[in-house]
Amino acid sequence: MNPVLKLLLEGGRLTTAQMAQVAGFSVAEVEQHLEQLKKDKIFLGWRPVLDLSREEAAGAAVRAVIEVKLTPERGGGFNRLAERLAKFDEVESCYLMSGGYDLLVFVNAPTLQKAASFVSEKLSTLGGVLSTSTHFLLRSYKEGGFLLDSGDGAGNRLNVSP
Amino acid sequence: MSTPSHRWVASHVASLPRSGIRDFFELVAKMKGQDVISLGVGEPDFVTPWHIRKSAITAIEEGKTYYTSNLGMLELRRAVATYVTEHFGVNYRPDDQIIITVGVSEALDLCFRAFCNPGDKVMYHQPCYVSYHPSIALVHGEGVAVPTYAKDNFALTAEALRAAWVPGCRILMLNLPCNPTGGTCDRVQLEAIAAFCREKDLLVLSDEIYSELTFEGTHTSIASLPGMQERTIFLHGFSKAFAMTGWRIGYACGPEPLIDAMMKVHQYAMMCASIIAQEAALEALNNGWEDVCEMRDQYHKRRDLVVRRFNEIGLTCHAPRGSFYAFPSTQGLGMTEKDFAVGLLKEQKVAVVPGTAFGINGTGHVRACFATSYEKLIVACDRIEQFIASNRE
Repeated sequence: MNPVLKLLLEGGRLTTAQMAQVAGFSVAEVEQHLEQLKKDKIFLGWRPVLDLSREEAAGAAVRAVIEVKLTPERGGGFNRLAERLAKFDEVESCYLMSGGYDLLVFVNAPTLQKAASFVSEKLSTLGGVLSTSTHFLLRSYKEGGFLLDSGDGAGNRLNVSP
Repeated sequence: MSTPSHRWVASHVASLPRSGIRDFFELVAKMKGQDVISLGVGEPDFVTPWHIRKSAITAIEEGKTYYTSNLGMLELRRAVATYVTEHFGVNYRPDDQIIITVGVSEALDLCFRAFCNPGDKVMYHQPCYVSYHPSIALVHGEGVAVPTYAKDNFALTAEALRAAWVPGCRILMLNLPCNPTGGTCDRVQLEAIAAFCREKDLLVLSDEIYSELTFEGTHTSIASLPGMQERTIFLHGFSKAFAMTGWRIGYACGPEPLIDAMMKVHQYAMMCASIIAQEAALEALNNGWEDVCEMRDQYHKRRDLVVRRFNEIGLTCHAPRGSFYAFPSTQGLGMTEKDFAVGLLKEQKVAVVPGTAFGINGTGHVRACFATSYEKLIVACDRIEQFIASNRE
């Protein structure tokens, strides 16, 4: 596996300079690898992982997960509809799922009103959408691999031990 | 300072020297709150994997709060037997050839108490873990230190053993890979050591706690060599590979009469290891191998980073083949290991342990543990570079 990609997967907190030190490359080489990964559309971009329960971090105060049932199109299956749906700015992620519904859509909105109007005016009115089931996120316990209330107590380790 | 109460302390305990680690620990403790990066620890920075912690919680919820067999839970001993066969190529009977202990430290103490007569000589390679010499002294034995050298990557050689051997040696203590040097022996080197042990009729105590953290080649247990299982106590535990230091759980495997002798001491001194820790250890053996491999991969990368950076900045460092310790030399810098460690702590707030804490053969070296995050290792290396630059003669 590309060594820079491996570092991205396991230590997302490293800067490019730090990745260079760990992998034994120059910074320029790491940047070259990143560029190539972007060109290959493997590495899509950086996103901060924020604790959205903190007011200053809560740019989008309302988050919802929506289960969407669709009528597949002749020839295109679910893809064209899903791609159309994913283009809305409110949609953070969109996945085709196995099981009782077809798409799982993660939505961010500044207010409950805006989230509701996205569902009722934009999503459910798309041709091919059979039904939606919206769940609002109440509280987060883990974000992007980070525990929010870390109770690991690892900070109490001895500084020097045999 | 002597007080009236001192007269109650047994003379062989009173004469034990203070641990060099303890001295340094106190120095670092005084700098609390000063952004010290510690490379002075002797444990993984990983928290025990959650599924292992969860199994202990479940054991408590289920009311498993009682004593176990003195030898430890049979189910755990069976799992240990399977693990040791698969990973070390040695077969032990769970019924009478395996004992679960409170860490390898207790297992080692049991060995010395069960096998060392007053005046017996015990050979051990040095630099070494801090407890060997004191543990031997506590049973009125005599330690015979065998030096290992940076030029050999701190592997123990049969030649050094032969040179150090004196009449009265009955036991050889091995710790491969080694804390603090990361040195280990390949199969050929071990075969020569095994031949020496057979020739001199030595019992071998083999602490292989870092064996899963072998980065180059494969780990060979001396117990797996021809004619050695019958004269070897294989010591192992969960602290390092499974990141379970605080659980205090280990085990010893060996010939039945020897395990029985260890059990005699264990049953009176300890009764049994904590059942909660035993339950966690069982989960570790049953489902924890992937975690071990992931952690080993991380340590490997960190080792490469630290060794490369140390050598770049003028701190000569061999690549440790195992463990999570680098043991660079301060000799080329014109300062002693203690001046280096104290100066580095005071000027740049990075803690490493002077090599002499691990015996006189650690002179001219410091131990730097790389079981910490990349970010901290990078900053620590930068600070060491500044320290060396500002103290260059």
